[in-house]
Amino acid sequence: MINNITLGQYIPGNSILHRLDPRTKIFWTILLMAATFLIESWSEYLMMGLFTLMLLLISGIPLKQSVKGVKPLLFILTLTAILNIFFTGGTPIFAFGPVKVTYEGIFAAIKLFLRLLMLVITASLVTITTTPMTMTDGIEKLLKPFEKIGVPAHEIAMMMSIALRFIPTLLDETSRIMKAQASRGADFDTGSIFSRIKSFIPVLVPLFVSAFKRADELAEAMESRCYRGGKGRTRLKEIHYSKLDLSVSLAGIALLGVIFSGRLLP
Amino acid sequence: MSAIIKTDDVYYEYMAQNEGDIAVQAVKGISMSIRQGQFVVVLGRNGSGKSTLARLLNGLLIPVKGTVIIDGIDTSNDELIWEVRKTLGLVFQNPDNQIVATTVEEDVAFGPENLGISPEEIRKRVDQSLKMVGMEEYSGYSPHMLSGGQKQRIAIAGILAMEPKCIVLDEATSMLDPRGRKEVMEVLKKLNREKGITIVHITHHMEEAVEANIVMVMENGRLVLTGTPRQIFENVEQIRKVGLNVPQITALAYDLRKNGVRMDKLPLNANEMVDILKDFIKRKNRDNSDSAWCHTERECKPENPIIKVRDLSHVYMPGTTFEQKALYDINLTVNKGEILGIIGQTGSGKSTLVQHFNGILKATSGSVEVDGLKAEGNNLKELRQKVGLIFQYPEHQLFEETVYKDIIFGLTKLGLDDEEIKKRVFHVIDILGISPELLEKSPFELSGGQKRRVAIAGVLVMKPKVLVLDEPTAGLDPQGSSEVFRLLSRLNREEGTTIIIISHNMEEIAAFCHRVAVMNKGRLVFCDTTAKVFSRYEELKKYNLDIPKITELFRELHNSGYDVPQNVLTVDEAKEFIINMINSGAGGKA
Repeated sequence: MINNITLGQYIPGNSILHRLDPRTKIFWTILLMAATFLIESWSEYLMMGLFTLMLLLISGIPLKQSVKGVKPLLFILTLTAILNIFFTGGTPIFAFGPVKVTYEGIFAAIKLFLRLLMLVITASLVTITTTPMTMTDGIEKLLKPFEKIGVPAHEIAMMMSIALRFIPTLLDETSRIMKAQASRGADFDTGSIFSRIKSFIPVLVPLFVSAFKRADELAEAMESRCYRGGKGRTRLKEIHYSKLDLSVSLAGIALLGVIFSGRLLP
Repeated sequence: MSAIIKTDDVYYEYMAQNEGDIAVQAVKGISMSIRQGQFVVVLGRNGSGKSTLARLLNGLLIPVKGTVIIDGIDTSNDELIWEVRKTLGLVFQNPDNQIVATTVEEDVAFGPENLGISPEEIRKRVDQSLKMVGMEEYSGYSPHMLSGGQKQRIAIAGILAMEPKCIVLDEATSMLDPRGRKEVMEVLKKLNREKGITIVHITHHMEEAVEANIVMVMENGRLVLTGTPRQIFENVEQIRKVGLNVPQITALAYDLRKNGVRMDKLPLNANEMVDILKDFIKRKNRDNSDSAWCHTERECKPENPIIKVRDLSHVYMPGTTFEQKALYDINLTVNKGEILGIIGQTGSGKSTLVQHFNGILKATSGSVEVDGLKAEGNNLKELRQKVGLIFQYPEHQLFEETVYKDIIFGLTKLGLDDEEIKKRVFHVIDILGISPELLEKSPFELSGGQKRRVAIAGVLVMKPKVLVLDEPTAGLDPQGSSEVFRLLSRLNREEGTTIIIISHNMEEIAAFCHRVAVMNKGRLVFCDTTAKVFSRYEELKKYNLDIPKITELFRELHNSGYDVPQNVLTVDEAKEFIINMINSGAGGKA
């Protein structure tokens, strides 16, 4: 089933991560992702891994649930890593004809796997600890300075939150239309790739028709609830950059400094 | 008291879709005045201009002629339009398409946020509004986790948070199940009573009109009747003429009056009817002696199974956190040529059950056999020809360029020649009353009722032996619904097609089905003849199911000691019984 995606879904809680301003979290995700790409030595990997684990523990999400969330991605991560084995040169362990497996290749694969895993965890930690609404508020605030050069900050945020709102609705609808067309004799599972793609037309047309209808009706509903763009709008939950955000940011910078300390000291 | 809504000779027309077409006049000269605090119900068929009227009231549409004044403000005044929308909130038909935010409380806050109210005040209003509609426990929920009735209550709360004087509901109950409708009606009555909010409820459910102060009836863009429910329902003929229906009790009384039974006013509910009938019917001779039994009981089809369901269980998404058991050990036999009704609350497993009949869902355990064919593996294609499954709102699956192409979508995969395909299409459109001129039109140009028939045609051309319909009349007005049922019983009679209907409308089920299966929480609790099922009132009540109003009336009479049968299912049966009783009473024993 397509609805069976747990990765990154918001889980209510009251950890420090939950209470942080979304801007802090977005900013830190970017920083951490960059750091994950910079690490090289095993000691850096170890420290970065511990750091990620620490964030996971702070978030208060049961480890079991985190493992379950990452599970669907393990296959892709492993595959990417294994492919890496064959494309790295170095000291061969064994070889079948042109295919060589090297020590360097195995190490590179392990590192890539860890790197991707850390990336997935950091990224999902943000969405797990932030409601979609707060997240879009954060993005709106972050984009605000760019409004002067014509970036429609409020509109982008509004579109994102509406998209998030309608994803489950449209997933339900897709599965309903597929069932209905299958009952009328549509066949989605056999035939050549071309005919399989064609077999989705009976699903896509009704889906688009209904999405446009929903958009029309939603626009009417928003208008009749006095929506007139971002100007003069207040929020139920205003986001605030607090002392907590500042101290967490400073602590984070200090920790990153520790991770890369090996490079600073010759 | 002053008028909160005042319209004066209002006209509205939609621009022509294609060049050369005439503009469609949706509202023609409506003048009305609604006082603060009234509860008004507006009735009318699909396409009678009700929704256009609703949109005119809060300035989403501006009349091409005439004026709409809301609490002293003209809706055509651009500068004050937000005042109008704040004063008069609109709740729409589709619960899904009016919820903007990803959590309940943020959605309720959407209106006040747009008005620029302070966060503290918004918080207060959101909490109060959610409490008013009884949804305070759901404030953190994601909207798609809620039922239709709950979503509509959220939509109402979202309007309440803007502190309106008036709420207009545009068929807000038409996509809900009976329980959801009841929930919404309770909330509306409470708001009207406790907060004095004016309610304008647009609907085609007659039972809801009985509770109003004022009922208005629309036909073809005009207001044809206005009055108290009692005044309105006196005009039975005219109401039927505009494609609506009166409540069953009123219909019975009307028929009796036509047959010479004297009554000054037509009753609107069972209590009033009991008072009238008391004078005509006899009391029981001794305690517990039920001599009366309605003789019109439908004959059931002989036992000749076409579908055999054995120990069927179904689990959705097994092995995940979302695992949910939907069916528990179902055993059911459907006989050749019968009309079987399946009733049960939303979520009781009705749809899950029927989706096993054509193999759309696979049994987790147990088996389904149709006409000697097991529902599994390689049989699926053949199975789907034997069992035609029509989902709720089937018109949503139409996709082809023309009606004809859409109807033959399934047929083209059977390898039939063009001649045979054509023959089948024309046969089916004849049964369904689709005019041949429509065949070359785009399905998206048709009216709602026509679209639904086209979608049903697409299944019928496959010549299924069994036709399964999941709420075939959802969203249709009374006339549209009775047409669908007339077609179905014709199909059953003339072609011998076995028909299985899922419906929340007990009156339809009672009038058409040979047998009825009752489901509750994934279990089949009983399956028996229609009359026997509806005589098990106490049990049905336990499963939150109703019985037809007419059956309820006879039950009440029976319980207060009158010699009447308990198995009366339709207005006609009731009429026949009472007239017989009066005649025999007048002839001898009196």
